Amino acid sequence: MMLQLSGVHAHYGAIHALHGVDLSVQVGEVVTLIGANGAGKSTLMMAIFGQPRASSGRVVFDGEDITGLPTHEIARRGIALVPEGRRIFPRMTVMENLQMGAVLGEETNFEVDLKRMYTLFPILEERCTQRAGTLSGGEQQMLAIARALMSRPQLLLLDEPSLGLAPLYIKKIFQIVRELNRDHGMTILLVEQNAHHALRVAHRGYVLQHGQIILSGTGRELLANPEVHAAYLEGGHAAPAAQPAA
Amino acid sequence: MALALQQLINGLTLGAVYGLIAIGYTMVYGIIGMINFAHGDIYMVSAFIAVTVFTLLASFGISSVPLSLLVVLLVAVFFTSIYGWTVERTAYRPLRGSTRLAPLISAIGMSIFLQNMVQLTQGARVKPVAPVLVGGIDILTIDGFTVRLAYSQVLIVVVTVALMAGFTWLITKTSFGRQQRSCEQDRTMTALLGINVDRTISLTFMLGAALAAVAGVMVTVYYGVVDFFIGFVAGIKAFTAAVLGGIGSLPGAMLGGLLIGLIEAFWAAYLSAEYKDVATFTILILVLMFRPSGLLGRPEVEKV
Repeated sequence: MMLQLSGVHAHYGAIHALHGVDLSVQVGEVVTLIGANGAGKSTLMMAIFGQPRASSGRVVFDGEDITGLPTHEIARRGIALVPEGRRIFPRMTVMENLQMGAVLGEETNFEVDLKRMYTLFPILEERCTQRAGTLSGGEQQMLAIARALMSRPQLLLLDEPSLGLAPLYIKKIFQIVRELNRDHGMTILLVEQNAHHALRVAHRGYVLQHGQIILSGTGRELLANPEVHAAYLEGGHAAPAAQPAA
Repeated sequence: MALALQQLINGLTLGAVYGLIAIGYTMVYGIIGMINFAHGDIYMVSAFIAVTVFTLLASFGISSVPLSLLVVLLVAVFFTSIYGWTVERTAYRPLRGSTRLAPLISAIGMSIFLQNMVQLTQGARVKPVAPVLVGGIDILTIDGFTVRLAYSQVLIVVVTVALMAGFTWLITKTSFGRQQRSCEQDRTMTALLGINVDRTISLTFMLGAALAAVAGVMVTVYYGVVDFFIGFVAGIKAFTAAVLGGIGSLPGAMLGGLLIGLIEAFWAAYLSAEYKDVATFTILILVLMFRPSGLLGRPEVEKV
């Protein structure tokens, strides 16, 4: 088992955001977490990193209890996050952002990894001396993913990577998720509002509602589940979350 | 004309010292968004360390100027950095995550504490140090007024320029510099990348203190006297320099320091030497009123 959350409660300020979440990710899996806005998806991702720290319950990564560790120590165990809203460093160049991602990596890997990222996202090579804040939303998302991959993580967490992107970029993002998993064996936990895409790419999925897991199953099962269909797929189809910003 | 040239030299010297101190204010503001009011007193502590070490070296009979300067600089930088680290660790870090005002009040307390500590242990009187670097070059004489460039002024300007060049390289090109800048932009994200943010903040305080330490040594060499109160005035002037340049901007701190030094020198020469401090505080008020982001500050538009 790569990641195991058991009975995780978390508070965000005065809000009790997670009510005893159980979730697991196996080596080599793509697991998705879907749910409406405000269900606690991002809080769950951040709680894995202790931001906020779980008020009760346990987070175990690779056999080690990481619940109480400082955020940077959790990252050092081999978990990388592409956070909601991307959070690239806007006043640094694209190259510097990638260097920041590589802080945990071996220095000798840097050139190889950089080349790999440029192959994966050619746009980043073109823009490498440009300030990251001047990139379009889709380009920033590519940069955020590349930055996370630069540390060669064992587990990649993606928080709403398709949010606010043009359809072309959304397609590209899910294609990359599939590629990373299939060709590089990357284990991925993917949070998405775009349930249709997410469930198709994932081996398994969880549905989060009001801070609790209400359903889980394989991607296919959840896609076929009438409740999921009614709550997350039809609405999602009629009014796609994707509003082109780029 | 001759007086103007002389004041230009004096102003640049003074400005270099203010610039070195101002960097400490601006870096700390950039990374944790607080004004470290104890920073001026850190500089004062370093001046006292310099006096002590100069006196010690003299009593050992070491008379080589370059050697004693080097030893004093190293010792002062070392101990002052430890002061910087300790101040952050004890007075500011425990308050992180509380209200914005709390560390500010703590900083004022720390400033009073350092002043009183030095006053108690070193005495309240002005402490002189035997002249270290005497002499200078007479540049030119007009109407009986000789423009003089003291060796100590040359030292201050050369050391400052070298330090600022090295420092700029450190911040823009090295891994530590990138981590420092990323902390300024997004501390949580920096931690998510596996970087120990607390450690980066500690190092920032130490670096600011180290630059202030060099300023303290330079001023001791230049004026030959120190007292426990010099940190207050120099601190506020350097703070003004940082605000004038744009708080949070490193080139701004350097530029602001130079400008404050020059303005003060010319004000003292042509308007009133007694009221030279008024010049600085007038600038502080004007900048805060009309251009709070300073000369090189950043009201920048970014795509999010």
